[in-house]
Amino acid sequence: MAVLKLTNRPHIISSATVVGNHEHEGPLKDYFDMYDKSNEFGQNTWEKAESEMNKNALRLCVEKIGLKYHDIDLLFGGDLLNQCCGTTFGVKDSNISFYGIYGACSTFTLGLSLSAMCVNAGYYKRCASTASSHFCTSERQFRTPVEYGGQRSPTSQWTVTGSGCVILENDKDKNGVYVNEVMAGKIVDLGINDVNNMGAAMAPAAHDTLKNYFLESGNKPSDFDIIATGDLGYEGYQILKDMMKKDDIILGDNYTDCGLLIYNRERQDMHAGGSGCGCSAVVTCGYFFDLFKQNKIKDMLIISTGALLSSTSTMQGLTIPGIAHLVRLTKD
Amino acid sequence: MICTNNNYKEYVDARAKKSNILKDCTLAFLVGGIICCLGKCMGDMYKALGVSEEIVKILVPVSLVLISVILTGVGIFDKIAKQAGAGTLVPITGFANAVASPAIDNKSEGFVMGVGAKMFVVAGPVIVYGTTASVICGTIEVVVKWLF
Repeated sequence: MAVLKLTNRPHIISSATVVGNHEHEGPLKDYFDMYDKSNEFGQNTWEKAESEMNKNALRLCVEKIGLKYHDIDLLFGGDLLNQCCGTTFGVKDSNISFYGIYGACSTFTLGLSLSAMCVNAGYYKRCASTASSHFCTSERQFRTPVEYGGQRSPTSQWTVTGSGCVILENDKDKNGVYVNEVMAGKIVDLGINDVNNMGAAMAPAAHDTLKNYFLESGNKPSDFDIIATGDLGYEGYQILKDMMKKDDIILGDNYTDCGLLIYNRERQDMHAGGSGCGCSAVVTCGYFFDLFKQNKIKDMLIISTGALLSSTSTMQGLTIPGIAHLVRLTKD
Repeated sequence: MICTNNNYKEYVDARAKKSNILKDCTLAFLVGGIICCLGKCMGDMYKALGVSEEIVKILVPVSLVLISVILTGVGIFDKIAKQAGAGTLVPITGFANAVASPAIDNKSEGFVMGVGAKMFVVAGPVIVYGTTASVICGTIEVVVKWLF
């Protein structure tokens, strides 16, 4: 495992977010570009709705900076649906060269890392990356039917309905946010098999990535304006703090979790907070990039966390392995 | 301390917030009780309308199933069940919701392989093992009666 310093400074030249109703009613509502109150986005199935979110996120991201689809050389994208269909059907008409990726809820930083590496290496001038999740498609695939009447456990999380897209460009002279460092995570499995406590399943992976990052880079948590995990939720957030403390690494007030930021847990009754690929994607593309724009932050770490399970693996009683990919975003 | 699978699981279980059992049980008792009262009222009403006892026994569950399916269809049932828990799950209302919700959910995959094939994805085990249990109990009853 190694921290990869991207010396050519792949710049984030555009970002866009599309969210659902709960996200629009949350504390970050002003930071999102587009939302749909019904969560349907004018479609007749939830899966098509997720694709429509991706389509709009990519379209907005490209249009914002006056580009056309053919100006993008390569697109990375993924979601939680089987065979990444949520992304495929959303981006197919753009005619951009496409790599479909899967990293569960870590997909956002996985795609961002791959785009940044490709741009940094000079293989492509511009790369885009999308990540999405939809509450209803996730419920259907991983849990129970949407209208099924059941009670959620206090540790359960709410899948974010949202899609985030970024475009990176190989231009050293540009000002703005760039990907400074990336670090790929390892699969960490401490034997958690409770699908209603994903935070606990993913926290060890975040701990492994973050601990190794600080060891290898020599940086300290206090060197950053924000250190944000993707979707550990309240449980995972507390567990990660505990685990880091045992390694004498203190995560202070600059440590947060996208799953805790996106909803008002009490008012919106979101239990342990938000989850899903869309969680870290829309919080980073909407909220964090805006903080960079306003010069409120200059240096941050985003660590999207993924639970690498399938509906079959949980039915067979297997554990939930976690993974966490780190990206350091910096602005001069 | 947090390094092996076992002690990590223990640590996670110890710190995880538990459901409020007293609140959940009270709500389940109240909502379940209201549903039973509703059933009883319906039964009395049907009797007052002159419906025979045998038909009333069928009409009451059918009415409760109908109400549950309508509430599931308009998206209200899950909001009540979220608070009521076992109060709506245990009576026949829970069974109706367990059949109606996947039927609605899988409509997008068509009426044959979607609604038809997936309608019992939640309630299927109840039907299979409920029927199996009744066959076993029935067999035991017949054997016991035959022996004694």
